[in-house]
Amino acid sequence: MDVPAITMDVRRVGETTAVVDIRGEVTAACEPVLMSAYEAAGGSATSRLVLNFAGLEYMNSGGIGMIVTLLVRANRQRQELAAYGLSEHYREIFELTRLDEAITIYDSEESALNGVVR
Amino acid sequence: MTETAGPDRVASAEQIGLSAREAAAAPLGTTAPRDASSWAKKVDRLQVDQRDGVRGTNVAGRRLTGPVQGFGKMWQKTYRMDAGPEIEPERAIATWREHFPEFWPKGNRFAGALTGINPGDVALLDLSIGGGVKLSTGVFVLYADAESFTLMTPQGHMFAGWITFSAEREGDTTTVQAQVLMRANDPLYEMAMTMGGHRKEDKFWAATLTALGQRLGVESPKVETRSTCVDTKRQWRHARNVWHNSMIRSVLQTLKVQAGG
Repeated sequence: MDVPAITMDVRRVGETTAVVDIRGEVTAACEPVLMSAYEAAGGSATSRLVLNFAGLEYMNSGGIGMIVTLLVRANRQRQELAAYGLSEHYREIFELTRLDEAITIYDSEESALNGVVR
Repeated sequence: MTETAGPDRVASAEQIGLSAREAAAAPLGTTAPRDASSWAKKVDRLQVDQRDGVRGTNVAGRRLTGPVQGFGKMWQKTYRMDAGPEIEPERAIATWREHFPEFWPKGNRFAGALTGINPGDVALLDLSIGGGVKLSTGVFVLYADAESFTLMTPQGHMFAGWITFSAEREGDTTTVQAQVLMRANDPLYEMAMTMGGHRKEDKFWAATLTALGQRLGVESPKVETRSTCVDTKRQWRHARNVWHNSMIRSVLQTLKVQAGG
């Protein structure tokens, strides 16, 4: 399998929120990176996870599958998933696959964090 | 009040270097992403013309359903076949896309567009469910490129989710696979899946991959099956999906035709 061309940097914002900055290509090959990022961002103290897709360069259907898997893991831990930074193209893909019904999409980090930090 | 800690890096700088080169070829925000032509355009409800050889019901006007909208446990099922060293992934996928219906087991019909499988196409299906009844449903081509393509299901299908068909080079050989990410669409389908439905589906895709292998010239194709329950929870808020159940509707449609004939 190809080496995933992606990085995911995890930032903690407050005590209960983590932001994952995704840069590169989201494909099935990125599973180990995505799950490592989830582990770094996770823990019982994290109640909401915000995915920053501003650096997303490419995504195929395998990548959407990875996000569904992440969503399941987050739901299992009773964590909510949010996203921002999606271009019009990728926002349409979230709508087409109806992922937007489970992952709240925001226009900016500020609005995502305002939605997150109550 | 919030505070931001420093980044916690989880992948190497070399990896982002590769992405940066590709980004330089198509700077963000200035051109369409290179996956743009591979994805279907957004649709709210499926539209489809009648096709020869299938009943063509239970598809038009339906919404697409992904794993988020399904009812049952969530499964990831992978069917893999070693296609050997001489088959390039692109050739395997091109053959699969062009001749997709020909690899299906007997008794099942796939009526797609004449041009093969392309993003946004809707195919009509008649699936053999026993007792002389055909389950009429469909699939939507969500994604297609040279090395993979993905079909997504509509309301009423046995499962909510998608199937990705892909091929890749692994060392000296090419591996071809079908991977299903699904939840049974409603409680009746969930029961049917546990009472032999999963086994039937496994046989279906193993037979399909075997037929593809034979077409590609693979000697004695062997298919490896792996099933993982990704989420053991059932989504009871989607139990009402049963209203769209295409199996019930197909039985009623068959009875109606028989009564009318």
